[in-house]
Amino acid sequence: MGKIVRITGPVVIADKMKGSEMYELVRVGEEGLMGEIIGLTEDRATIQVYEETSGVKPGEKVEGTGKPLSVELGPGLIGAIYDGTQRPLTVIRAKIGDMIKRGVSAHALPRDKKWEFVPKVKKGADVVEGDILGTVKESKLVEHRILVPPGINGKVLEVADGAHKVEDAIATIETADGKRDIPMMQIWPVRRARPFKEKFDPNEPLLTGQRVADTFFPIAKGGTVAIPGGFGSGKTVFLQQVAKWADADIVTYVGAGERGNEMCDVLVHFPQLKDPRTGESLMERTTLIANTSNMPVAAREAGVYTGITIAEYFRDMGYDVALMADSTSRWAEAMREISGRLEEMPGEEGFPAYLASRLAEFYERAGRVRTLGSDERFGSVTVLGAVSPPGGDLSEPVCQNTLRIVKVFWALDTGLADRRHFPAIHWLTSYSLYVDNVREWWKQKLGEDWKSLRDEAIAMLQKEAELEEIVKLVGPDALPEPERAVLEAARMLREDFLQQFAFHEVDTYCPVEKQLGMLRLVLDFYRNSVEAAKRGIPVAEIKKLPIKDTIASMKRLPSEKFAKEQGKMEKQLMEQFEALLKTRKAPVEEGKREG
Amino acid sequence: MKGEAVKSREYLTVAEVSGPLMIVEGVSGVAYGEVVEVITPDGEVKHGQVLDAYEDRAVVQVYEGTRGIDTFKTRVRFTGETIKFGVGLELLGRIFSGRGAPIDGGPKPIFEDEWDVHGAPINPAAREYPSEFIQTGISVIDGMNTLVRGQKLPIFSGAGLPHNELAAQIARQAKVLGEEEKFAVVFCGMGITHEEAAFFIKDFEQTGALERAAVFLNLANDPAIERILTPRLALTAAEYFAFTQGMHVLVILTDLTNYCEALREISAARSEVPGRRGYPGYLYTDLATMYERAGRIKGKKGSVTQMPILTMPGDDITHPIPDLTGYITEGQLCMDRELHRKGVYPPINPLPSLSRLMKDGIGPGRTREDHMDNSNQLYAAYAEGKDLRALVAVVGGEALTERDRRYLDFADRFEQEFINQGRDEDRSIETTLDLGWELLRTLPEAELKRIDPKFIEKYLRPK
Ligand SMILES: Nc1ncnc2c1ncn2[C@@H]1O[C@H](COP(=O)(O)OP(=O)(O)OP(=O)(O)O)[C@@H](O)[C@H]1O
Ligand SMILES: [Mg+2]
Repeated sequence: MGKIVRITGPVVIADKMKGSEMYELVRVGEEGLMGEIIGLTEDRATIQVYEETSGVKPGEKVEGTGKPLSVELGPGLIGAIYDGTQRPLTVIRAKIGDMIKRGVSAHALPRDKKWEFVPKVKKGADVVEGDILGTVKESKLVEHRILVPPGINGKVLEVADGAHKVEDAIATIETADGKRDIPMMQIWPVRRARPFKEKFDPNEPLLTGQRVADTFFPIAKGGTVAIPGGFGSGKTVFLQQVAKWADADIVTYVGAGERGNEMCDVLVHFPQLKDPRTGESLMERTTLIANTSNMPVAAREAGVYTGITIAEYFRDMGYDVALMADSTSRWAEAMREISGRLEEMPGEEGFPAYLASRLAEFYERAGRVRTLGSDERFGSVTVLGAVSPPGGDLSEPVCQNTLRIVKVFWALDTGLADRRHFPAIHWLTSYSLYVDNVREWWKQKLGEDWKSLRDEAIAMLQKEAELEEIVKLVGPDALPEPERAVLEAARMLREDFLQQFAFHEVDTYCPVEKQLGMLRLVLDFYRNSVEAAKRGIPVAEIKKLPIKDTIASMKRLPSEKFAKEQGKMEKQLMEQFEALLKTRKAPVEEGKREG
Repeated sequence: MKGEAVKSREYLTVAEVSGPLMIVEGVSGVAYGEVVEVITPDGEVKHGQVLDAYEDRAVVQVYEGTRGIDTFKTRVRFTGETIKFGVGLELLGRIFSGRGAPIDGGPKPIFEDEWDVHGAPINPAAREYPSEFIQTGISVIDGMNTLVRGQKLPIFSGAGLPHNELAAQIARQAKVLGEEEKFAVVFCGMGITHEEAAFFIKDFEQTGALERAAVFLNLANDPAIERILTPRLALTAAEYFAFTQGMHVLVILTDLTNYCEALREISAARSEVPGRRGYPGYLYTDLATMYERAGRIKGKKGSVTQMPILTMPGDDITHPIPDLTGYITEGQLCMDRELHRKGVYPPINPLPSLSRLMKDGIGPGRTREDHMDNSNQLYAAYAEGKDLRALVAVVGGEALTERDRRYLDFADRFEQEFINQGRDEDRSIETTLDLGWELLRTLPEAELKRIDPKFIEKYLRPK
């Protein structure tokens, strides 16, 4: 048993710790606070403590547990809210009241709840790690697949049927090392990635129902995304939008060092929202990790790992999982704080030198994989990380190290947020390296032209930016009419397509078919109006066309209604432009080219 | 503040004094966070707290500053307790020092309980989502940056701007419509001047609010390190009023900039690796442990609403103090020097301002159905008007179209009529929204894309 020799904030130093291991979970002090060994020299251990340390004294004991920090995996995860070390917050509240006090513990998975286990293997079958032993209908949306744990292969001697608790053996397997009872619950150390067979390049989009994402800067199932931006620029709202509407099977939402009310927001609103594909409540596929800014920093550091381990576990069942981490900067700051207390040699801006490798390791746990198991099962973990750069300046270490890793960059712009252009994702600075990966998918589902329409739209906005530069120098008068027509169309693209108000009952979610339809209309308008302007029609006339208002109201149309009216709108657009052109007989210069 | 000497041990072994810290050696059994009483050779009693506890050594921060502490005769008493504050209804109507001692000449209040001043984090699963509209009577707040009960909404200001007037006006006018409920104000001054403190106290006295207020004052000439403690006492009192007594509490904290300076001083004295501009790397977390003490709790009647005030050094919103605050609070009200120069009061620029909890606090049954659209459109229109102003400054007014001109007029009227109002003017939410429509009516209807057509019909078209 060790003995405390020093306490400074969340860091405790203890002697007589011979025999302990790095990352071993320990019980600190008389109250048995939960801690983890993060440094060992000879018999002295440095421990980060997941709970408040005031009142702890040198001389108090430290007890090893022989186990690393681990999570419980099994039925009961869905709909739960945990702190960073997987303490179930609802259970804790029932136990000790509204404020989180230290020294309480509770099982992450309920022990006495019985789950209806449906076996999928027969007695006598040969199974390998990752095989599905059976299933539990955990929630309306999630069929929880109970897998043979990694490292176990052999013959099924016994398999259960019916209602069981998570610790009950639901199968017995004869392995090379003897008989093993397999319960529904697995324990897994959070800092170790769960194994799989093979990793593949993501090739299917993770659809979010957000136009700027799906159409402009798509993410892919198994991909990585960073969403950096100053305070109030819209990181949380956008991540929550993705958590709500993405076509993922499972959502793991990690609140790392952010606001209590935001977690409460999820808890209040998700159960009321319906998954557009199944009509079931969104909470039926969601797990929350909430370690808010005022909760102990060491647990914040751990929470990100707790979240990704849960995500991997569902991936292993063959599901597409989306994990949101809000905010990775607060996570990095937790590392910095602990590192500072350890008096480690600081790297850039005081962050520990291992910041870059920790970030890389974390995002590396994303991916589309072929899972363990003898059936061909594929699953994915998509990771979306918010980054909160000081002063909104992206040149800081967390941002820079993240951008080196992730494949999609949704750049939030405070200027856009200030004028309530939401989502404030900037169309010129953002990018997605998955455009080519998901192109085939779009082609198969929605026809040839997604990529070319998207490129045309982005080019138009690029052109707008150049023209705006000119206007800033010489005023709008100096522009010839066709260029003014570009500005008008670009404004339409921004306002009627890119802007998508998260709190609008209809527009909060826009299916891809509708996205593409909307984009077609805007681009038709664009081409036609530039053409008309070239033929001498003043932009002022074009602006009066009623189709402009029709386009402006598209986003409020429910998608079925839009689908019905789309053809009509396209027709109206052509007719109105034709009529307009007839008012001007004489074509000018090169105005003859076919539109 | 109180530190009963139950398990107290006394030492004469101060080994070192540096800045706000002192190191005591030869101690044993000192707890992290333990309260310390320091008796200087002159007999002055100071208070401190253990920041770093070793087997035989303790690093102590001294709230009253270390002046007068020597390494021979100074006695140090470790009290065996963490910092507690006596809470009770008798705190109302009283004025306390930054350490919680009464300074209004009255008796020591009788307390009902003693609470740890650091509080404990509210379990996120116990929170009630804040959604009750607080009418402040100020258009730019109620209309565009709505405050709700349990929110933390800071004022980002600058030296010489009327943030105190605004805070006092809000404290005076804030109400929840259609309700008669118990409320209280907790005022916490950190490093503010006598004049500022007197301004608030006088205002509270005149309006009778003082009876319902608990005032904590650490003035500019009080010890800087005490500032670390003062807001925690105030918030402990606020939590008691809200969650034990069921009151709706408005907490005004000013000036957070002074608080952060004190924190920086301690960090420097401990030779910690500094973060941006010398502030400690844990400034975010430290601020969060105060700001997150705002909120509502399921099944409890009361609420803690926070309005921290901070003056941005050099009016720079990217400075770590406003920056980290904005990353924690649920929005911000930004004061603008240009508006102030134009004589607009309150000089709140709505564009960088934000209320994140607005969405659930407004709308039918709370304010009015058209509130959200009205606000969004005012934002967009004012932003456009300001852009055009910048453009005119470069290329002149001749190049402008009719549409542009209307936007310019809109922006002017918006500042003068909507933002601008009297220091005692208490506008109802209807007045505010109607005023918004009146201004929007001056713009071409086709421009009003943020507004649902059904509201155009009902509210916009001339009546
Ligand atoms: N897509 C959106 N639709 C409507 N409003 C939005 C949208 N995105 C952001 N907002 C508005 O901006 C506010 C701030 O957004 P959000 O809380 O997501 O910012 P953030 O980047 O997470 O800030 P912080 O870093 O401080 O947490 C929201 O409360 C909301 O009012
Ligand atoms: Mg956020």
